[in-house]
Amino acid sequence: MQALFGQLLIGLINGAFYAMLSLGLAVIFGLLNIINFTHGAQYMMGAFVAWLLLNKVHIGDWQLGYWSALVIAPIVVGAVGVIIERTMLSRLYKLDHLYGLLLTFGLALVIQGLFRNEFGSSGLPYQIPSLLQGGVNLGFMFLPIYRAWVIVASLIVCLTTWYVIERTKLGSYLRAATENPALVQAFGINVPRMITLTFGFGVGLAALAGVMAAPIYQVNPLMGADLIIVVFAVVVIGGMGSIMGSILTGFGLGVVEGLTKYFYPEASNTVIFVVMVIVLMFRPAGLFGRER
Amino acid sequence: MNALKQSLLALAIAGTFVAGAAHAQVSDNVIKIGVLSDMSSLYTDLAGAGSVLAAKMAVEDSGIEKRGYKVEFASADHQNKPDVGSAIARQWYDTDKVDVIVDVPNSGVALAVSQITKDKGRVFLAVGPGSSDLTGKACSPNTVHWAYDTWMLANGTGTAITKQGGDTWFFITADYAFGQALERDTTAAVTKAGGKVLGGVRAPINNQDFSSFLLQAQSSKAKVIGLANAGGDTTNSIKQAAEFGIVKGGQSLAGLLVFLTDIHALGLNNAQGLIFTETFYWDMNDQTRAFSNRFAPQDKGIHPTMVHAGVYASVLHYLKAVEALKSDDGTKVVAKMKELPTDDPLFGKGSIRVDGRKIHPAYLVEVKKPAESKAPWDYYKIRATIPADQAFRPLADGGCSLVK
Repeated sequence: MQALFGQLLIGLINGAFYAMLSLGLAVIFGLLNIINFTHGAQYMMGAFVAWLLLNKVHIGDWQLGYWSALVIAPIVVGAVGVIIERTMLSRLYKLDHLYGLLLTFGLALVIQGLFRNEFGSSGLPYQIPSLLQGGVNLGFMFLPIYRAWVIVASLIVCLTTWYVIERTKLGSYLRAATENPALVQAFGINVPRMITLTFGFGVGLAALAGVMAAPIYQVNPLMGADLIIVVFAVVVIGGMGSIMGSILTGFGLGVVEGLTKYFYPEASNTVIFVVMVIVLMFRPAGLFGRER
Repeated sequence: MNALKQSLLALAIAGTFVAGAAHAQVSDNVIKIGVLSDMSSLYTDLAGAGSVLAAKMAVEDSGIEKRGYKVEFASADHQNKPDVGSAIARQWYDTDKVDVIVDVPNSGVALAVSQITKDKGRVFLAVGPGSSDLTGKACSPNTVHWAYDTWMLANGTGTAITKQGGDTWFFITADYAFGQALERDTTAAVTKAGGKVLGGVRAPINNQDFSSFLLQAQSSKAKVIGLANAGGDTTNSIKQAAEFGIVKGGQSLAGLLVFLTDIHALGLNNAQGLIFTETFYWDMNDQTRAFSNRFAPQDKGIHPTMVHAGVYASVLHYLKAVEALKSDDGTKVVAKMKELPTDDPLFGKGSIRVDGRKIHPAYLVEVKKPAESKAPWDYYKIRATIPADQAFRPLADGGCSLVK
């Protein structure tokens, strides 16, 4: 029974990563109708920016560590996202989803290839920041402080994003612009710029998750490629474009996966796809999605 | 078969025009070395471009080109897919006149290449793959297996740790043929040395998060947690074990297949205290250091792994056999390689057994604490040397058909 508590908690922590990543995807899909396959590569870029800041950038004696990376990496990677959106993706909005998907998939391969060429394939070391090292014994398990931080930080990020999009004026503009861009533009709102910034924000979320992953997973050019498929499954199960859906599904599937690792570990990398199949059979739009 | 006939014909025609005397028997006047490796995925750093470099250094150091032989290179990425690797090997042998294929990290690809090499009568110098079947059930008169294999890793690490008091084990195993074989061989070694296996868990390959499995290992109370996995799975599990305080809690980790580049990727803070088996370390003596000092600047600072060292040494020995025989006929060259004693700056003196297994000592190493490491890549303490005659599987136990 004690072991089970431990596995539940660990599932929630992994769910935090799924939630943060699928949130970015859901924002981009829900508001821009782009299936962003570069998301995994952007998550990886976030981790690498954190590594570069720690190892290559000094301002006087001051070392740019983990904490500054939490702010800088999403901005840097988000800016790269903005450039991609402006120069390439914006030309595809009038075409079928598939074109955007192909473009972003190709870009992901190019980005991963470039990083692999530069940094090799076995990964780079990244330490847990000193403030978050160590752990507490909860009686039923040893909880590393860093993992507790991940779960808290991810909840804050997810809920803030949901609040901004669903409950504020800015969010209502965004949602309106998705429904009817021409009308919103007529009210004097610069829709293309809003869309660009939204894309940049979604990409920034991926980078943020990358920074948070750096101390516990390998900082590796392929780290995103391994994760992106699972995250897409999470988005599909939650319902493409549903913000709250992707958050809840992210955490929920983390727990399902954690329990599988305990009861039948061999199936732990397929269980999410089994859930996906079942959900799609009964609710084709996903658990929280609306039929379009 | 037509392609083979054509290339044989081409070889024969080319042969008649060869003018040189000393190398009259070397096909089309050129020794062509094909380095088939993982150039884009998880084994790139431990083999990859470094293996091509090591092969080139071997040719340079052998001085064979000064004696009138011409050497050419080919290299390709097998993408860890047996079908891709097989197609490249066939093309190399049939149309590109490759005489010898080197490296091939990934046992699945290597077993396929070994079979093709046998059919075509060429030479396969297996360095990157781990499966001990290459010199066991699937042995071939055209294959030489250098550097390491799964039996040697399991036996070296399993026996040594059990005898040092780590007598209860729990395995985290990658759930595919390689991981299961490693677990099976290590279990045998541990039990033979008087230890006990308390349990294990089979984790899917390419898993990101090992915390669930580490938690199970922790609650098993085993003294040693054996990691029967490779590459990113190994580094992720070691990194996360440090996070969960496994080593601080009194349990120790045994890596069953760990390379120098993995330790570099982990950093000493995470890897310190890890015990495993290697057959080469760059900082062992003056000769290995001299090799590394030449190698590292040309491979993005990566210091040579045992795979790089094995590629260098095996190519060196291959060229020696070709020169001694004055021919590059694959089957005859391998027979000559087995006949000649081996002697190179990296592995020292040794020999190649009739089943194709290269015999040399193995080393039980421990990863240094950050304070003990004086320079980048200064990572290992050598705790014990396993003599050559005990390091590898006894000849009779492999089930190789060449052993009579």
